[in-house]
Amino acid sequence: MGSGPPVIEPSYTVATVTDKISSVVLTRRTPVGWIIGFSVALLLTMTFLTAVLTLFAAGIGIWGVNVPVAWGFAIINFVWWIGIGHAGTLISAILLLMQQKWRQSINRFAEAMTLFAVLCAAVFPLLHLGRPKFFYWLFPYPSLHGVPPQFRSPLVWDVFAVATYFTVSLLFWYVGLLPDLATFRDCAKRKLAKIVYGVLAMGWRGSAIHWHRYDTAYLLLAGLATPLVVSVHTVVSFDFATSILPGWHTTLFPPYFVAGAIYSGFAMVLVLAIPLRAAYGLEGLITPRHLDNMAKIMLATGLIVDYGYVMEAFFAWYSGNEAERFMMINRMIGPYAPAFWATIACNGLAILALWFPRVRRNVPALFGIALLVLVGMWLERFFIVLTSLHRDFLPSSWGMYYPTIWDWATFAGTIGLFFTLLFLFIRFLPLISMFEVRALVEPKT
Amino acid sequence: MNTPEQDSVDRREFLQFMAASIATAGLAGCARQPEEKIVPYVRPPEILVPGKPLVFATVIPFCGIAAPVLVESHEGRPTKVEGNPQHPGSLGAADAFAQASVLSLYDPDRAQVVASSGNISTWSTFLAQLVPLMAQQRVTRGAGLRILTESVTSPTLLRQLDDLLREFPDARWHAHEPVRRPQDILYRVDRADVILTIDSDLFSCDPGNARTLADFAARRVPPRMNRLYAIESTFSGTGAAADHRRPGRACDMESFAWQVLDGIEGKPPDDPWIAALVRDLLAHRGSSLVVTGHHLPPTVLQMGLAINQALDNVGRTVVFTDPPPPHPSDIESLVQEMNASRVHFLLILGANPVYTAPADLHFTRALDKVLFKAHLSLYEDETSERCDWHIPEAHPLESWSDARACDGTVSIVQPLIAPLYGGRTAHELIAALVGKGPQRSYDLVRATWRNLSDTEWETALHDGFIKGSALPPASKTIDRPPRPATTSADGMEIVIRPDPSVWDGRFANNAWLQELPKPLSHLTWDNAALLSPRTAARLDLKNEDVIELRTRGRSVQAPVWIMPGNADDSITVHLGYGRTRAGRVGTGAGFNAYPLRTSDALGGGTGLVIRKTGLRRRLASTQSHHRLDGRDHARRATIDKLPPESELKSHPSLYPEFPYKDYAWGMTIDLSRCTGCNACVVACQAENNVPVVGKDEVLRGREMHWLRIDTCFSGPAEDPDAILQPMLCVHCEKAPCEVVCPVNATVHDGEGLNAMIYNRCVGTRYCSNNCPYKVRRFNFFGTAQQVSPVQQLQYNPDVTVRGRGVMEKCTYCVQRISASRIQTKKEDRLIRDGELLTACQQACPAGAIVFGNLNDPTSRVSQLKRDPRNYAVLADLNTRPRTTHLLKVRNPNPEISDG
Repeated sequence: MGSGPPVIEPSYTVATVTDKISSVVLTRRTPVGWIIGFSVALLLTMTFLTAVLTLFAAGIGIWGVNVPVAWGFAIINFVWWIGIGHAGTLISAILLLMQQKWRQSINRFAEAMTLFAVLCAAVFPLLHLGRPKFFYWLFPYPSLHGVPPQFRSPLVWDVFAVATYFTVSLLFWYVGLLPDLATFRDCAKRKLAKIVYGVLAMGWRGSAIHWHRYDTAYLLLAGLATPLVVSVHTVVSFDFATSILPGWHTTLFPPYFVAGAIYSGFAMVLVLAIPLRAAYGLEGLITPRHLDNMAKIMLATGLIVDYGYVMEAFFAWYSGNEAERFMMINRMIGPYAPAFWATIACNGLAILALWFPRVRRNVPALFGIALLVLVGMWLERFFIVLTSLHRDFLPSSWGMYYPTIWDWATFAGTIGLFFTLLFLFIRFLPLISMFEVRALVEPKT
Repeated sequence: MNTPEQDSVDRREFLQFMAASIATAGLAGCARQPEEKIVPYVRPPEILVPGKPLVFATVIPFCGIAAPVLVESHEGRPTKVEGNPQHPGSLGAADAFAQASVLSLYDPDRAQVVASSGNISTWSTFLAQLVPLMAQQRVTRGAGLRILTESVTSPTLLRQLDDLLREFPDARWHAHEPVRRPQDILYRVDRADVILTIDSDLFSCDPGNARTLADFAARRVPPRMNRLYAIESTFSGTGAAADHRRPGRACDMESFAWQVLDGIEGKPPDDPWIAALVRDLLAHRGSSLVVTGHHLPPTVLQMGLAINQALDNVGRTVVFTDPPPPHPSDIESLVQEMNASRVHFLLILGANPVYTAPADLHFTRALDKVLFKAHLSLYEDETSERCDWHIPEAHPLESWSDARACDGTVSIVQPLIAPLYGGRTAHELIAALVGKGPQRSYDLVRATWRNLSDTEWETALHDGFIKGSALPPASKTIDRPPRPATTSADGMEIVIRPDPSVWDGRFANNAWLQELPKPLSHLTWDNAALLSPRTAARLDLKNEDVIELRTRGRSVQAPVWIMPGNADDSITVHLGYGRTRAGRVGTGAGFNAYPLRTSDALGGGTGLVIRKTGLRRRLASTQSHHRLDGRDHARRATIDKLPPESELKSHPSLYPEFPYKDYAWGMTIDLSRCTGCNACVVACQAENNVPVVGKDEVLRGREMHWLRIDTCFSGPAEDPDAILQPMLCVHCEKAPCEVVCPVNATVHDGEGLNAMIYNRCVGTRYCSNNCPYKVRRFNFFGTAQQVSPVQQLQYNPDVTVRGRGVMEKCTYCVQRISASRIQTKKEDRLIRDGELLTACQQACPAGAIVFGNLNDPTSRVSQLKRDPRNYAVLADLNTRPRTTHLLKVRNPNPEISDG
């Protein structure tokens, strides 16, 4: 990907890059679209708060979970969100290490998106507890109980994996923001903005020593974050893979989950980038080349996911295990079969269009496919969680899961929370890394 | 500025405050003090040690028949009902009704005050009202006085009624029992090698069912097994236990019985199945038994007895008791008299005739013609509403009384607690009517048994029954009923039976029984029109479709439930639902089937017309999939093809083995013995404070029973084989739940139990997901802690009442293990085999559940684990369950090859 069309429009100069990006925050009036979008998102966030307060007051019973399906929307949403939260770090860390310069236009908001997605994900394991007030018992803190967490349980690994991932992502994002925050401090006209950005910039002056330390720190963090891209979803997949349930108990899950995570993460980046570049006139910075590259990654990881689907079916048949076979048949023709076939349509068929360069360059088509991928990946988690649980070993204990209004409210609420944070980010922070894009400006001959 | 006089505490007051707060601070140092006052005993009862329960023997009368029980009492609160092991009618088992009676005791919906036309009144006002009334009756020799009771076996009440009728010769005693059961016939199943049930749920509906089931189950062990043939209109627990079962319409039972009788008398039936059955019966003359269902017409009962007589069974397996029970006038004659305005004063004791009387009698209309009507009952029900006076009745656990068991043995009902709501007994009411002699129940009962010395009386109270009071056998000639003209009727039939959970409606407000999954259908909170899959297909009906059932001009609307094994063209409905004044639990549950029931056809009949209404009603079943689908977790074998040896396979495990020093607990459950009677389920619920969640939550799949009885059907849907499999936490040695709990809330204990630590649980529910047996239950709302204060009195103080958000499951009754361990440690010995029973084991009439120490190779459970019938459910998963099952053994007739 080193050659090919330029990463950004050749007409940009160092000064125009800074002006273009900082104007979104500092000089331009708040667009009407932003106000409307933010209001909607905020409304959904309020829905989320209502749902959470009701949950704490009334108990987990307001959701649709039961026995045998003791995990429902909360876990589906958790896995979905945390999957989405994979693109940012991948773009920032892995592509940085691989010196993929095109990442520099998109890494900032991809990282922000990652943080918000992980945040949305992290609320679910907490909310889904029967007694959420005791969530901290999962941490190995010195306590008078004398009972440490049970380290054989993947849920404990989860706590570490997600907490580490969130911390490192936050650090990475913030460190990357420092030079740009300093630029904002310097460009800001209003006193309050100067003070706030000044404090946030932590005294960045752009000296050579600063840049030297910055480069070292950023590279180190990238090195640290790289294994996390693989580890987080691997550990999340262990939540299922270490169980004994048909359909969950499989060694396939770690790579299959990681690929699925990157796949959905890139879909989310596309879904966000395409309207953003149109709204703020950033087509010159987030160019067709970016979209094309992201579509290619989506296609590659999507095909790995599809391979996972095929292998799941193959294992179920090849195992000769009654419960495994039944699970697969039930997945395909049981009561939740529509979710399975919709997933196949979204993740198996729709993305095949991305083989064609014409489609990858067609922005609306790309947007549509990315949306389908997000839906498909949610449905995939839906059938993975439900089909294994609702009909397992003893037919006598089979049951059904139906989400309640509160399940939906909580899910919609986190989408609201995600976009609320994202809108605030767009409004108050540089959504594209200015100093990194400046480095991409073609020197004028 | 305030003056010091106005606004300061003077020195003396200040010191008082200080002293008080220092004192409270000292007290509060350890734990928060309860806000309520604690009042110690002024004179502590001699035998009471706080924290140690006392056990009293008494009986719970049910339809007049005494269910002999032992009741556990914690500091004066009855908490748990068990069977009385010494009593011949119980042998230590208690059925679901007796078990659940303790919940009714504390029911806050019970009538709490004497009510006069709906207004609060008093007992003395009522007595004052009685005086002129009775004076008037005395003049007319009681011509206008009628007393309506249910079945009565109480010698004291019979004596009192006798006295009353002697005093008022023109008064009448009527009895109305909605479900009429013969009371003078005793089936000696223990002596029977071949049993035929004709549409009879012998093990759950007949008097003495606990004893009958015990005797039956004792003979379900190879190599010498009895053989049970069942022909029935709907699938029952008895049918599930049968070696040969066949669906048949209730209206065809009489002709079936004639074919059997003809066969016995030398005219071989055409049907090879019946022919083989007859040959088997003939081969066991004197050791066979034929039982008919009591919802069938009386002629069929006569036919059953005639067949028994032809097989020389009378006096051997069928025993009549002497003297026959008293024959009071029936409700039909009462209604006639009421309609003729000849009844001035009607006293209703216990019954609820407005709800249960046959529809054609129009009891309510007749009742309105009575001048003065008083009703004594536990609840202010449909009948109370239409009476002038309602007197709250004392619960059996609050009363002195007496009753006869199925074999006639007399038991004394003794109170464990003073009436919670000032209830009165029937004895007190009759005594008040007569107005002479002792007025207290105790004195009345004692007077009946005045021939017993004080020591004998106390022995009877201690044992729970009067030794040697069983009725002697009687000889009886059996008249053969006339042969019916037509042999078969076309069209649909309706069968009306008592409900397995709420019976005739008397238990409608008992939440344990309402939520008790009915055998085989697993319905809770509702009754339904049960019909066969083929009939449903023919009528294009699905589960939960509401249909209108119309017979002889009467109709009700009922939701459909498709019941495999139901007879074709036959619909079974159960009584006891659709109550309008049952209480907060029972009102509105199900539909009322009584309107279809007429006095000439109490068990239903033919000529049923079905109309689809297009409506639907959600039905809450706790099991959605009943078919085995080729899986082998519920196993069966015929007696000649038993597996060679016990199957206890285990694969290697990465985790080290646990060492066990003294005890390693284990359990076996014998599927051959289980008839799905649900006694264990209620026993577990009572023992372990298992909450009731309500219909909506059951529909969501959140029922809390720690012990469930799975129905596993195999074979054709029209006539499937059923295996009833009690399933509870099997306490895996390599438990999948333990490794996935992030907070160590479910762990292995030193005696092999998979323990659940409620206050450590944060509620991730991963353990439930990973449990292949799905026996874990989650407190989605914490219902157990939301019951009314009076219901909390029922809770077992030895078991934690679980709050919202924690997981729970079977603990092997760990509180009982602890109590036993403490006791035996003091005696410096180990717990002996059979000394420690789990609640389910203790309740099981069939003795299907055996619990004990696997470290002791001689214990019963160890021996059963070596039995070739033993197998572990889902052994392939290497969970190594400590509870294993003994496969269901069939003893088929080699001449019949129906599976």
